Amino acid sequence: MAYLHEKIETMPREELKKLQSERLVAQVKRCYERVECFRNRMNELGLTPDDIHGIQDISKLPFSYKNDLRDYYPYGLFAEPMENVVRVHASSGTTGKRIVVGYTENDLQMWSECMARMLTAIGVGKDDIAQVSFGYGLFTGGFGAHGGAEMVGATVIPMSSGNTALQIQTMIDFGATVLFCTPSYAMYLAEEVERLGVKDQLKLRVGVFGAEPWSEDLRQEIAEGLGLKAYDIYGLSEVLGPGVSCECEYQAGMHVWEDNFIVEIIDPDTGEVLPEGSTGELVFTSLTKEAFPVIRYRTRDICSLITEPCKCGRTHVRMRKPTGRSDDMLIIRGVNVFPSQIEEVLLNIKGDDITPNYQIVVDRVNNTDTFDVNVEMSEAFFTDDVKSIKKLENTIVEKLRSTLGISPKVHLVNPKSIVRSEGKAKRVIDNRKGKI
Amino acid sequence: MLIRQLSMFIENKEGRLSAALKVLADNNINISALSLADSDEYGVLRLIVDDADKAKQALSDSGITVATNNVIAIVMDDQPGGALAALQLLSQNGISVEYMYACIAKVTGKAIMVVRADDCQKADKILGDGGYDTVDPGEFYRI
Ligand SMILES: [Zn+2]
Repeated sequence: MAYLHEKIETMPREELKKLQSERLVAQVKRCYERVECFRNRMNELGLTPDDIHGIQDISKLPFSYKNDLRDYYPYGLFAEPMENVVRVHASSGTTGKRIVVGYTENDLQMWSECMARMLTAIGVGKDDIAQVSFGYGLFTGGFGAHGGAEMVGATVIPMSSGNTALQIQTMIDFGATVLFCTPSYAMYLAEEVERLGVKDQLKLRVGVFGAEPWSEDLRQEIAEGLGLKAYDIYGLSEVLGPGVSCECEYQAGMHVWEDNFIVEIIDPDTGEVLPEGSTGELVFTSLTKEAFPVIRYRTRDICSLITEPCKCGRTHVRMRKPTGRSDDMLIIRGVNVFPSQIEEVLLNIKGDDITPNYQIVVDRVNNTDTFDVNVEMSEAFFTDDVKSIKKLENTIVEKLRSTLGISPKVHLVNPKSIVRSEGKAKRVIDNRKGKI
Repeated sequence: MLIRQLSMFIENKEGRLSAALKVLADNNINISALSLADSDEYGVLRLIVDDADKAKQALSDSGITVATNNVIAIVMDDQPGGALAALQLLSQNGISVEYMYACIAKVTGKAIMVVRADDCQKADKILGDGGYDTVDPGEFYRI
């Protein structure tokens, strides 16, 4: 077994929990003193840091949400003065809806370590040449992978995303043995490699793929197409970036680095912490992050944890691949789309609080997301001439476009034609899974 | 006289139109006049039937979006310019026609035009004053 920090990675769970408790108490105190939003939420619950004695008290603490980052944009949730913040990253989004996160020198070190633990586990080190084809920039992918690969002593090719022909040429010429990118891009690269007939010129042996959902089938296809072993990595910029959890050499779930994070699974509707092994929403608390710490951050990812010991000897809990989003957030052509936004638009279309039944259908055709919204034509919406129906359709398209930032195709359909299960209409049909 | 017309929202998918017509047939409802206006993805099917209430209920129960509204059925001479004269009369009196469609009259030498105007009451009166016959519901349903 290869470990980066054997003592921490294999720390007995009792000890690990003790470490988490100490760090949680300190982090809560720190955030209470420095972050207004958190202090206000604590006060509303009648809590002070003195009420938190360890991880047994975590469920008392208030949740935090993605919206908080928008409300306190750009630096309002930072727990360090800007003089100590050495880097920011931001998520894409529609105008004015960006979120910003910050890192101190220590945060960057911790981030690199999280990545480096994984790379060490899967045998990436000094002898490797790592091509980082995640985007470099405001997105956390490129820099996150970069820091980890450098820490284990690999030679880093900071390729960034795009220009597929050059990507493949670089892999060949520079002898890349490790590839970092999104799974969909990896699949695209695999297809191009196949088309060019250059697979035998590649030296790739390990791929680290993440930042979007992908299936086991896709993993197999990528592995075959590029001739490498494909590993999964999880992360989100609000918590850290890629590396919050990673697969080890056994590929049996992703270890969450619990010395840095507390992970909980909660019921997304009630907020209750669920018993061990349950499926629910992933919630993270960052214990060591300085510039932008989060307490009980609602990821909206639906997932379950594996608490049994792992064959690799690491004691840190593993999470399964997230199976969905608690509020069904969709990323369509790179834009975040919430079904609730669509519902709100439809509710206001006639100004009389009528929500027609609707369904979102997303698919991927020729590497581009298709986005269709079916709206049931109820009697409240129906007018008896085609012109005004067309006008209604155009109004819906226009309002959705201005709210979401991308245009769907709207189809008016017969009432009750949208399939329901157990009386509830299925709001989202995402046919993209496994497609590129 | 004003006549009640049924309007239905019909998706342009195979079988939708026939499904609506089957509901009427199954309920023993006779269609006196029919028109279909459509776009790429959907259409509006308009019907005049012998029992509008029963038809509306049956269609609604089958999950079809249906509305009723009033139209006028104008009896005119079946000859060139017949429809034009009636329309001119309405427009001269400030009535605009939203849509219209023809249906077969069983009286030789006459034609029937179903007209939806922005103000059907007023249109009906103007046509009556102008010497046009408009079909009354009971009569229409026997066509
Ligand atoms: Zn393991």
